[in-house]
Amino acid sequence: MNILTWFESNIITVLSLEGAIAQGIIWGIMAIGVYITYRLLDFSDLSVDGTLGFGAAVSAILITQGMDPYLSLLIATIAGGLAGLATGIFNTVFKIPPILSGILTMIGLYSISIRVMKGSSNIALFQYKRITTPLNDWLVSLGVAENAVTNLSTLIIGVVFAGALIGILYFFFGTEFGTAIRATGSNANMSRALGVNTDLMKVVALVISNALFGLSGALIGQTQGAADVQLGQGAIVIGLASIIIGEVIMCRKDHSFWYKLCAVIVGSIIYRIIYALTIAPLGQSLNLRAYDTKLITALIIAIALAIPVIRKSLAERRLRKANDKKFTNVGGNENA
Amino acid sequence: MLNLYGIEKTFNVGTVNEKKALNGIDFTINDGDFVTVIGGNGAGKSTLLNIISGVYMSDAGKIVIGDEDVTNKKEHQRAKLLGRVFQDPMMGTAADMSIEDNMAMAYRRIKRRGLVWGITAKEKVKYKELVATLGLGLEGRMTSKVGLLSGGQRQAITLLMATLEKPKLLLLDEHTAALDPKTAAKVLDITNDIVSENKITTLMITHNMRDAIRLGNRLIMMHEGKIIYEVSGEEKQKLQVSDLMELFAKASNGEFANDRLLLG
Repeated sequence: MNILTWFESNIITVLSLEGAIAQGIIWGIMAIGVYITYRLLDFSDLSVDGTLGFGAAVSAILITQGMDPYLSLLIATIAGGLAGLATGIFNTVFKIPPILSGILTMIGLYSISIRVMKGSSNIALFQYKRITTPLNDWLVSLGVAENAVTNLSTLIIGVVFAGALIGILYFFFGTEFGTAIRATGSNANMSRALGVNTDLMKVVALVISNALFGLSGALIGQTQGAADVQLGQGAIVIGLASIIIGEVIMCRKDHSFWYKLCAVIVGSIIYRIIYALTIAPLGQSLNLRAYDTKLITALIIAIALAIPVIRKSLAERRLRKANDKKFTNVGGNENA
Repeated sequence: MLNLYGIEKTFNVGTVNEKKALNGIDFTINDGDFVTVIGGNGAGKSTLLNIISGVYMSDAGKIVIGDEDVTNKKEHQRAKLLGRVFQDPMMGTAADMSIEDNMAMAYRRIKRRGLVWGITAKEKVKYKELVATLGLGLEGRMTSKVGLLSGGQRQAITLLMATLEKPKLLLLDEHTAALDPKTAAKVLDITNDIVSENKITTLMITHNMRDAIRLGNRLIMMHEGKIIYEVSGEEKQKLQVSDLMELFAKASNGEFANDRLLLG
């Protein structure tokens, strides 16, 4: 089939692919937050499942009360940072293990998010002014098709935010302070011996990553047109999937930090594309339902994790085989 | 330089495993001293170092480094005064970071870490020169991850890091014990060079009695949380391994008499 005719007959798929890329970038901001705790700090922070919905809830309630959507993003970011502060205090002051500290924040935030949204578990934002609104109007005035406008404006916003954040984080983690955070994640003992307050570093890293979760949640809520307390459910898994897919595909050797962050965003986009393809035409022919998405997520991650291991064992086997040839005429005979 | 007054430390208080690790340590190290510490397992040597560096807080007593009372200071606060090298070569360096990044971390031990770039071009040149003095050929691998280096190479880098900003007191916790004999000797030579060149006040734990006698100007022996023997100056130079063995045997009722490990 000609690629063009395929595109024409599958316009819905193309649109959903475009949407997948746009959503992938915005969810990628969340994945970068996971990267900071999981890879740099070596701290498995599960707060994200609650913080994402919390950020969306804070931003949504403020928008319904007439606040400027951009200002609401800032406040959602700060709110997310406070959630990270809670996790950090649980862990460093009360010595609660990392995973449990994150879970405490996560389940606490489910209640808080509903309270923030005045007792309801979701808020629709379609009739309010959102960050996408002026962009949508502008795109329409340029003559972009109505059904492509939302995806395109989400894409633009995602690229701008992700680009700016990668720049800021690249700078920050290259500074003396940022280096101390990286050192804490790599070797806390050494860091303390070199005068680093490792507890403070952990808290700061958790605040930064949860601020990113809050921002990402708010962006997702605003671009999708609704905030939902369940938004973050399974977010940690999606974040890890994005990191691992990005590493498997883009990282072969030791890359610069900004490149690694870009890989996380690419991983997030690929995750969304696979996801979109499975529920759209491919999924229909396989008779997949919406409730199958969790299973698909689990499989995507399992495959992404398995690829590097399989690759390595194949390489080892090849080496072994090549070396075995040298010994064919030496020593005992298997058939003797 | 270092003054310890009546230091006590008990682990697992109130359980069957209660252990008095330090039992009233009064000890002074003068400026420029190089003190070696020996003693059997469980004598309290490592605990002593960990109490000085703030890994553990003492149950009783007072710790003064220079003219600063650090008894209630946290580990990272005391780090401004101390250089430390650990027994485990993995502990003194960050495996995921390059040699130069590790050294840049160490260079900022006494400074406030701000939002300026973590390493300057000038520093990189300086670190490369310093690493070249180790004679291990590492100067060409400054951007390699430290995790790729051998244990001996990591200990040598850790030594440089601990002394990059001259510490008031250098604490060496059996820092050659995990290395093979040849590498251990090399790291010990580097240690001796750095310490004598920069006149760094040093406290070194060792299991090797010959090293304990050969290096430094003072020697202390610990047993059951106490300092049971101390010798310095000329008297120390004349000391034989057999003398120390005898002392050990006396202190522990023969327990250590046949311990070949101690002969090193």
